[in-house]
Amino acid sequence: MENIRVNLPLDKEQLKTLRAGDTVLLSGVMYTSRDAAHKRLVACLEEGRPLPFDIKNQLIYYVGPCPASPGHAVGSAGPTTSYRMDAYTPQLLKAGLLGMMGKGKRNDKVVEAMKETGAVYFGAVGGAAALISQRILSAEVIAYEDLGAEALHRFEVKDFPAVVLIDSEGNNVYVEGPKKYAEPDTEA
Amino acid sequence: MRVIQAETIKTTIYDLILKASYDIGQDVYNCVKNCAECEKSPSGKVVLGQLIENYDIAARERVAICQDTGMCVIFIDVGQDVHIEGGDFTETINEAVRAAYSDGYLRKSVVRDPLYERVNTKDNTPAIIHTRIVPGDKIDILVTPKGFGSENMSAIKMLVPADGEAGVIKFVVDTVKNAGPNPCPPIIVGVGIGGTMEMATIMAKRMTARAIDTVNPNPKYAALEDKLLEKINKLGIGPAGIGGSTTALKVNIETYPTHIAGMPCAINIVCHAARHAHAVI
Repeated sequence: MENIRVNLPLDKEQLKTLRAGDTVLLSGVMYTSRDAAHKRLVACLEEGRPLPFDIKNQLIYYVGPCPASPGHAVGSAGPTTSYRMDAYTPQLLKAGLLGMMGKGKRNDKVVEAMKETGAVYFGAVGGAAALISQRILSAEVIAYEDLGAEALHRFEVKDFPAVVLIDSEGNNVYVEGPKKYAEPDTEA
Repeated sequence: MRVIQAETIKTTIYDLILKASYDIGQDVYNCVKNCAECEKSPSGKVVLGQLIENYDIAARERVAICQDTGMCVIFIDVGQDVHIEGGDFTETINEAVRAAYSDGYLRKSVVRDPLYERVNTKDNTPAIIHTRIVPGDKIDILVTPKGFGSENMSAIKMLVPADGEAGVIKFVVDTVKNAGPNPCPPIIVGVGIGGTMEMATIMAKRMTARAIDTVNPNPKYAALEDKLLEKINKLGIGPAGIGGSTTALKVNIETYPTHIAGMPCAINIVCHAARHAHAVI
């Protein structure tokens, strides 16, 4: 399978061409955020305060990395489970967010908001955290440092391997993939 | 009576945390490698190959296998002929956690209050400690840092005697099915059957750390472990949940006598970063 190169920030026109199951290599700048930072981002939107970064066309990676040991730009940095961010995601999509990356299922409200805004949900391999960290060239905390592991980082990445889990039309690898390999349980 | 210094317990736990966080057990490594050969999905094979590469990088570079370096769960069996000197037992363990998570560049993932003041303790304490008093003059320590992607997909159900084997099978398979991609398959499924509610969950946790190249000493439960594994792998969830024939690596069951009216059944799931390390002082 050929990897598709995707530059960050994202391009809405390119996202239209991506299909669930496509493997991609992401290069450019992405932002990190998890539960606690999402709560703050949405509070900013609701109170009309500026976000700590320009969210338009950006990708948010759901990750709380390990601290960097000497000689590394960042510690291990695999994806966290995405559904915990579902409550906040539609508001961020409406504010201009165009991509999310994590692992695991999303709820219907997120998928509907993605279809409306043309956004894509990417997946990184959960647990392949040391491998993934090698594709992160630099990491910098830009907000919410008090949250520790949950601080908001800016990552510069090159050839970061990911899969399109849910495309901009709502096609979903987690639905289609397992169907192909499920075997009937013959025992009553 | 044997005297053991608190400092010895501290350095032992410190070493075990680092070992568990960087070095995957040979049992899990071998199993993932075998599954990579048998996996039916080409994408699934790629994922399993990446997991092997990830294990190799973590061990070589001394970095965490997974960024979720977990809450530190510690099972300690203290021999009744042991006297511990030179420090508070619980604080000694927490000191080991504090030092290992700092020196080892491991993520601090614990908040002080679960509901209202979710402020990070910044040193990954407190640990979760399960202590038993056992015969002898040794201290047996099992350290198993537990990530929450898989922990959140765990479940307990108070089954009743009439539910029987079919009830256990349905509960386990449904729990794994509903979890889908969320706990980072391939997973190891720890099951605790019997006891009381809390006993079942502690057994399930301990079973996530039982070597996966072992079989249950009771042939009936050994057969049930195999049967559950087969059914889970027929779900098609696959590596990373994107479809395939490798959803679980192993099902481990522990049991305990229970009440005439009950059959508690707990399921604790751990991902392929199944970290644990063991030592005897």
